[in-house]
Amino acid sequence: MKLAMTMPEFVRSGVLFTVLCIMMTHSAVAEIPLAERRSGYDLLSRETRAMQDDDTANPGMLWVLDGETLWRAKDGTAEKACAECHGDARESMRGVAARYPAFDPARGRPVTLEQRINICRSERQKAPPFAYESKDLLSLTAYVARQSRGMPIESAADERLKSFVDAGRALFTRRQGQLNLTCAQCHDDNWNQKLAGNSLTQAHPTGYPLYRLEWQTVGSLQRRVRNCLIGMRAEPYAYGSPEYVALETYLMWRARGLPVETPAVRP
Amino acid sequence: MHGHDGRRSRRDILKAASALAAGCGAGVLVRPARATPASMQTAIRNVVSSATVKPGKVALDIPPLVENGSTVAVSVAVESPMTPTDYVKAIHIFTEKNPQPNVISIHLGPRAGRATVATRMRLVDTQKIVAIAELSDGSFWSDTVEVVITLGACLEEII
Amino acid sequence: MARALLNVPAKAKRGEVIAIKTLISHEMETGFRHSTTGVPVPRNIITSFVVNYNKEEIFRAVLFPAIAANPFITFYTVATESGTIAFEWTGDNGFSATESATITVE
Repeated sequence: MKLAMTMPEFVRSGVLFTVLCIMMTHSAVAEIPLAERRSGYDLLSRETRAMQDDDTANPGMLWVLDGETLWRAKDGTAEKACAECHGDARESMRGVAARYPAFDPARGRPVTLEQRINICRSERQKAPPFAYESKDLLSLTAYVARQSRGMPIESAADERLKSFVDAGRALFTRRQGQLNLTCAQCHDDNWNQKLAGNSLTQAHPTGYPLYRLEWQTVGSLQRRVRNCLIGMRAEPYAYGSPEYVALETYLMWRARGLPVETPAVRP
Repeated sequence: MHGHDGRRSRRDILKAASALAAGCGAGVLVRPARATPASMQTAIRNVVSSATVKPGKVALDIPPLVENGSTVAVSVAVESPMTPTDYVKAIHIFTEKNPQPNVISIHLGPRAGRATVATRMRLVDTQKIVAIAELSDGSFWSDTVEVVITLGACLEEII
Repeated sequence: MARALLNVPAKAKRGEVIAIKTLISHEMETGFRHSTTGVPVPRNIITSFVVNYNKEEIFRAVLFPAIAANPFITFYTVATESGTIAFEWTGDNGFSATESATITVE
């Protein structure tokens, strides 16, 4: 197909090509300085912020309420409810999400909050694990994480997680996909620039599981990362892959000190 | 847009060809039906019949640039004392380009106290939104806002 | 039954205009989408939302597919007397949900 371009267009496209080449050859700029880190909340429109701030207007709260019901429901052949061992979630789960993913000594690796819930289900309740991204798992995770709202993230403070943080960092700074982009190029180097009308965030997972306007439902960090990978034209990892766990461990370390916002609302 | 040598561009030719094909009834495109400004007017006529709709009294509050068209906060406030003899009977919201022009039809009475409603709607594309209020005296008033929609990047594929 | 969140003031002064916020979980499938194989996904929406205050209707809305998922509707009413405010949502495929809230009016 013959491309007809005017002279200024040709020059502009040449400039763009050069810029892209520079971007591709130049290695990523350093990580965001601690003092400059901001949650995606700061980049939201006034209306979306209002949606997150009001518990009676936040659609994510519908899942939190469902999670509360699940917390108290007996399940599995052991006929146990979460509440029977853990009591009132508002006390027992306070601060838990703020330090996940957490190192599991039995497995010698970190587990995410979703994985911990499923471990409890199969080991304690003798119930089948919830499927990733199922309404039940999202609701229960949202309910548990909600109890840490406002608390600073302190995940990965554990020394045993260091190699997993490093593995996550390697994934974050690795070129991948047809566009040959790294996560860092957008989220470390170009945050607050616009991408199709939305501001690029710094990619801190402060509010997961969250209600995404795009999905019109609550979803997990893994789902969001899959969206990004597909958008970059890279192969998304399967749900539950160790890559996601390493990435989440790194991202939560990167977000240390920022407050938990679950259930957040994002565009 | 014409090429350097003044000939009609490839785009012009394709546009003419598809218009011709559509006119011949040869379904060229498979695309969900969209409302048009004409179908929005029809939908409005269905509500107001032959009455004239005057701009005024209605304030349609919607962000001019939205983050995502799938959930857009919208609020309509109508000036009215909301007494038993002078109140807002109904508020209707219409869009120009959504697959269907109606958004919501709200019925109120003097017990509302204030003729303000808020909800969240879907907008498929940059377009005009029209809010129409019907007062107890049978008059119709409206407000129109143009909203710009951009889709977020990294669109998820529907699984 | 679908999960709903209501924001109704527990107390109000007689004659005060109060704001009521409602949020109900529902996917509001428009009927305009297609699956990856081109098969249309059938419409499944809430079509009607009615609110009664001590059995008298104070608000009624007809909803169309353009209302976003998990419909959120805010409206106002005059606090006339103590009693029960009843909310009812109905929709496609026999969908029905009801909630109520009590209000004390001084």
